Amino acid sequence: MQLNWGFMEKYLPMYIDAAILTVKIAFGGILFSLITGFICAIVRYYKIPILNGIAIVYIELSRNTPLLVQLFFLYFGLPKIGVVLSAEACAIIGVTFLGGSYMAESIRSGFESIDKVQLESAASLDLGPWLTMKEVVFPQAIAVSVPGICANVIFLIKETSVVSGIALADLMYVTKDLIGLYYETDEALLMLVIFYLIILLPISIIASVLERRLRYAGFGD
Amino acid sequence: MENKVQLKINNLRKRFGTEVVLDGINLTVNKGEVVVVLGPSGCGKSTLLRCMNGLEAISEGEILLDGEKITAGSKEITKLRQKIGMVFQSYDLFPHKNILDNVTLAPIKVQKIPRKEAEERAEKLLRRVGLWKKRKAFPRELSGGQKQRAAIVRALCMNPEVMLFDEVTAALDPQMVREVLNVMLELAEGGMTMVIVTHEMQFARAVADKIIFLEKGKITEEAEPEEFFTNPKTETAKEFLQSFVYEKHKIQ
Amino acid sequence: MQDSGINVLFMGSNFLRLLEGLCVTLRISLISVILSIPLGIFFGIFMTLKNPFSKAISRIYLEFIRIMPQLVLLFIAYFGVTRAFGWSLSADVSATVVFVLWGTAEMGDLVRGALISIPKNQYDSAFALGMTKAQTFIHIVVPQTFRRLIPLTINLTTRMIKTTSLVVLIGITEVLKVGKQIIDANRFEYPSAALWVYGVIFLLYFLACWPISVMAKKLEKRWG
Repeated sequence: MQLNWGFMEKYLPMYIDAAILTVKIAFGGILFSLITGFICAIVRYYKIPILNGIAIVYIELSRNTPLLVQLFFLYFGLPKIGVVLSAEACAIIGVTFLGGSYMAESIRSGFESIDKVQLESAASLDLGPWLTMKEVVFPQAIAVSVPGICANVIFLIKETSVVSGIALADLMYVTKDLIGLYYETDEALLMLVIFYLIILLPISIIASVLERRLRYAGFGD
Repeated sequence: MENKVQLKINNLRKRFGTEVVLDGINLTVNKGEVVVVLGPSGCGKSTLLRCMNGLEAISEGEILLDGEKITAGSKEITKLRQKIGMVFQSYDLFPHKNILDNVTLAPIKVQKIPRKEAEERAEKLLRRVGLWKKRKAFPRELSGGQKQRAAIVRALCMNPEVMLFDEVTAALDPQMVREVLNVMLELAEGGMTMVIVTHEMQFARAVADKIIFLEKGKITEEAEPEEFFTNPKTETAKEFLQSFVYEKHKIQ
Repeated sequence: MQDSGINVLFMGSNFLRLLEGLCVTLRISLISVILSIPLGIFFGIFMTLKNPFSKAISRIYLEFIRIMPQLVLLFIAYFGVTRAFGWSLSADVSATVVFVLWGTAEMGDLVRGALISIPKNQYDSAFALGMTKAQTFIHIVVPQTFRRLIPLTINLTTRMIKTTSLVVLIGITEVLKVGKQIIDANRFEYPSAALWVYGVIFLLYFLACWPISVMAKKLEKRWG
């Protein structure tokens, strides 16, 4: 396979810009996913009336529909009722809508893993709900949640690849563009793979190290 | 009949890597004899039992059951194992099968006896340990003591000639220990050849015909129970026995 | 809502066309799942082999498939393989190949996880009863892994269905593409059609995946 290095060099800046966009959307989406997920997890854990029902419906809707369809609805559908969002905003909202439910389930599984006796001990010490959450539940839950959260982070970064569907110039979009314009398929695909590896490999390594640490260090037992 | 040799171990050595776990074990178990293996943790008791059943390959020496050599991984091993029942500390019933299926699985699939016959055999044994009513229950629905009794029945259902017990009460709550030990006592009285690893000293004293004291992979004492418990010969055995005695400190 | 864009759905065979579009993705996912299950079982058993060579190969395969977005894999299969080997794979075929490769990796990992989650004591107990390795595998290992695997496999199916939505991006005419055609055809009469069409597609996907997820969750609870 003879690679056209000149071509790759020429379009490198385009890929870098695209990678930055991918990272930006992923970062924003993941950040808001964590917030959404945390709120939903709390609502589900304490079974707060009404909100609990809403959270369940949201989680099921989000987990059982593809991101691409969510994006199409946000980007092409919503403007028809006057809600006009930029493609980038749609992408971040879409990733958040998808990621929030995944984060909620991971965080909640951490909460659920806490032994009931821990809550009773906290109650017997008269800690109150806020302190119980902050000092007892959360620190223990996070250790259980982290592997799931890490897996979600990687999953969400990968999912951002579909934002090219709403004309955002991310890595996929640039690649498709270059293939269509110049037929330098091998080079464009190679750069696509390399750029995704640059973004995902370090995160995946950090995630597996974190997971191993937590599994063996844990809290005592 | 009395002195027919059932199980014979000649100069058995077992190494894990460079670590010698069992170092020159010689042991004879006669038919109908109950041998209790005692010793501090990590002395190789469990490994010894696992070797007797061919679950661990031995490094040197030989183990003979009715004169036939037990070799881990050999073709004959599955035949020989049918003559040796083994019960483990963690019960290890098959979670996807109910109690009756647990205990009849091996007779039907391994010994190829008809289901009806296997179930009759199982009924007799399950009734004896008071579990016939629970035959349709799954392992997760039983208490630890019930599970362990079922595990004993599972091994007995193969009509073994020798039974090996590896700390079978170690994971049980105190009130459940008794029900399991009773089953074992009854078996011993019935003339079953047994090798038992346990930490229940009073039980050991009552059930054993012979006590083996294992220390760092070697048999350092072999004695009748009364002799061993009243007058242990080695220092380690003395200390070991002392660790089970509780005395209130005298107030000065 | 200035116009009644919802009417677009009931015009002519529009709704039927959307369903047909959905069937295109469902068909690809179903074929992929059906092929992935047996291949994944083999791959999962292959991964548990102690041979360092087979371990390295399966590891690299699994990690590469896992770390790449499925859309990247689709692009490689559709644009890259066609050129590199001179095969001209249709979009359908390349999509199926990619989803089978991906499904095999995921299924394999599930099978491996289920196999190694069976405690060593279960093997020891079976051996102690005189069972051979084959008997132990058939009577003890397979039934236990099977129970663990069923809900996970069903879950994989919903993931597969969601992921096949990507095929529109390599030009397969599936539900999103049909939706776009309907919207474009009615651009002037019903400007708000997009809201309804994409809303319905959203719901269709939900209706396809949700019952499957519920079933998986129920089975997981019962057998977990």
